[in-house]
Amino acid sequence: MKKAETPPPFIAFPHRHLLGIEGLSPPEITALLDRSEIYVEQNREADKKRARLVGRTVINLFFESSTRTRTSFELAAQRLGGDVINMSVMTSSVKKGETLIDTAMTLNAMHPDVLVVRHGDSGATQLLSEKVNCAVINAGDGSHEHPTQALLDALTIRRRLGRLQGLQVAICGDILHSRVARSNIHLLGTMGARVRLIAPKSLLPCGIERMGVEVFHDMKDGLKDCDIVMMLRLQSERMRGNFFPSTREYFRFFGLDYDKLANAKPDALIMHPGPMNRGVEIDSEVADDIGRSVIREQVEMGVAVRMACLEALSVNLAKAEGRA
Amino acid sequence: MNSRSITLDALTERSETPTPTGRPLAFVNARILDPASGADIPADPKGGVLCRGETIIAAGGDIFAASIPDDAQVIDCAGHCLAPGLVDMRIQIRGAGFLSTGNAAVAGGVTSAACLPNTDPVIDDMSVVEFIARRARKVGLVKVYTYGAATKGLEGREIAEMGMLAEAGAVAFSDAVKVIADAQVMRQALSYAATFGLLVVQHPEEESLAGDGVMNEGETASRLGLSGIPREAEAIIVERDIRLAELTGGRVHFAHISTAAALDAIRRAKARGLAVTCDTAPPYFALNETAVGDYRTFAKVSPPLRAEDDRAAVIAAIADGTIDAIASDHSPHSEDAKRLPFAQAAFGGVGLETLLAVSLELYHNGHLDLLSCIEKLSLSPARLLGLNAGALTAGAPADLIVFDPEQGWKVDADTLNSKSKNSPFDGRPVQGRVLTTVVDGRIVFRA
Repeated sequence: MKKAETPPPFIAFPHRHLLGIEGLSPPEITALLDRSEIYVEQNREADKKRARLVGRTVINLFFESSTRTRTSFELAAQRLGGDVINMSVMTSSVKKGETLIDTAMTLNAMHPDVLVVRHGDSGATQLLSEKVNCAVINAGDGSHEHPTQALLDALTIRRRLGRLQGLQVAICGDILHSRVARSNIHLLGTMGARVRLIAPKSLLPCGIERMGVEVFHDMKDGLKDCDIVMMLRLQSERMRGNFFPSTREYFRFFGLDYDKLANAKPDALIMHPGPMNRGVEIDSEVADDIGRSVIREQVEMGVAVRMACLEALSVNLAKAEGRA
Repeated sequence: MNSRSITLDALTERSETPTPTGRPLAFVNARILDPASGADIPADPKGGVLCRGETIIAAGGDIFAASIPDDAQVIDCAGHCLAPGLVDMRIQIRGAGFLSTGNAAVAGGVTSAACLPNTDPVIDDMSVVEFIARRARKVGLVKVYTYGAATKGLEGREIAEMGMLAEAGAVAFSDAVKVIADAQVMRQALSYAATFGLLVVQHPEEESLAGDGVMNEGETASRLGLSGIPREAEAIIVERDIRLAELTGGRVHFAHISTAAALDAIRRAKARGLAVTCDTAPPYFALNETAVGDYRTFAKVSPPLRAEDDRAAVIAAIADGTIDAIASDHSPHSEDAKRLPFAQAAFGGVGLETLLAVSLELYHNGHLDLLSCIEKLSLSPARLLGLNAGALTAGAPADLIVFDPEQGWKVDADTLNSKSKNSPFDGRPVQGRVLTTVVDGRIVFRA
């Protein structure tokens, strides 16, 4: 099997951390996506390893459970030759009364190079980034941002449709609790796509229109002529109170089925960040429609995007250390 | 006085359409009151309303100038008033049943009524909406619409399936005689309902403040030794929910408003353009707390009868448009539920049969003109609930009443058509009587 070329060094990402999509410029996003493309091809080959992170230590620090994202980051770091440690903090230190900053200071003393952090509170990764010397990647903070998810979504779309500019994207469902939605709103808006949000009013944050999106409460209206239908998971674990009456009612009005999907463009792509609640936010048949659903492809893109992000930050670290 | 011209051409054209059922009905020689067009047309033998099947074909001052259709059944209204049937936006059926409720309704001139969801079982499931509609249709008197429960089981904790209930036919959402007490639940109810443009109807009473009160808090309650419900209990929820409506963009409607303070808040909210509406019921503009007299349990209603200054404020708010509609708040109770010490007796009174007559006091006393009075009782509630009713326009359902606004009579609980007799107006002399009630082109009541 042909061995892929080692890509040229990454120079176009000037940030120390990747805490969110907000604030990234179109060239920065494009650079990350371009870089990810290379890793997509590489990951499909037998020899998946590159030496970009050799000698670097990546700590996956997860305060919330997540097998998929953690594994994706772990694989990404390993394929770049880095050392990876997974720390799950839900049941250990926090129970002993340790604060987030205590944890950060402890980890800092171990001299990691990149911390990949998921936390249930919005802004927690930002706080952590101010207390450590290493680079921090936000792997999801509360209902705030999940930048690598937005990047992998963008990569999936770009590979399928060749562009982001000018596309009409509908993000549907639990916008209120979704960090995926926020990161995607920033990214797609920055890259010139038009974003619609479709949800019951009770699952929409106040003033979300000011983020430059169009808001709909009716799936059929909202999906009209869309190129992309991005479904979101109902984040029941984040809901305090009841934001909709029942899952059967939710599915009736806001679940994606072929009847509602018929209003989108005939070749509209279906996306979902997973894990899916089948029969609640998306009909199984639609989710498994191999012609239109790119849900599995999103997972594949995730590893490549995370490789690009890890590499980008490690290049910057090297610069700061005077090694590049 | 407004007048409206309806051409005979339109009438002729429509006349050629096959009649769905029965002969056309021609109401002639009537003073026509149509709040939808603002028409108040004096009685004239050439004017009237023509119905064919379930629909009004034409209405106006000279529609019979050429002739009355040969096959029509002609009803001479003898100069009495002809108006759209009343739309009662708040009734309870309870144990009285559909027949008793239907008889009471049509005797009172009510052709459409919205039933609260505190039935057994509670209307928090589509099947119950459909069941009630089916039962009411079978009885064939008043058209019964239903509210959906705003929260599951009326428990005030989880919002009900409003979207699906609305699809099944629920016209608005309410927890009936219970306040949606939890502010977060009310926020979610308003917010979720706004998704579908649905109306949430609140029974505004801060329950922890109302406590175990049984009548209006004040001198009368103190003298009688009864625990009181302060009027602030109403205003607190009204003020809170106005804020929540503003926060969510939802439509809130307050049922049976009884206090000046709550009305002031609603008036201010309306002036700010918020989607806030309200109704009241005849006890709150025709009676005050003194009607409790010597522990008269028929005067035990919820909210309680208030002081005279509140009653005057309710009348003023009807006149200035702050109060959108008048509902009967019909709440039948068995004799057993009322023949108890005042504190133990049930809240509520029957009101369907006295709705028009007591409301006409507003006209007789010079607070409202006759057309506006009819509007509060028909078109306005129909619009709030999104019903096709309350108008004498061609194409509207043939739901009509003929009434004599001047005829005096005395309310006698024993002669009411309603199976339940708990009227707070028992013994009251009133002026205005329903003579004929027509539902879907069928005469269902004649005095």
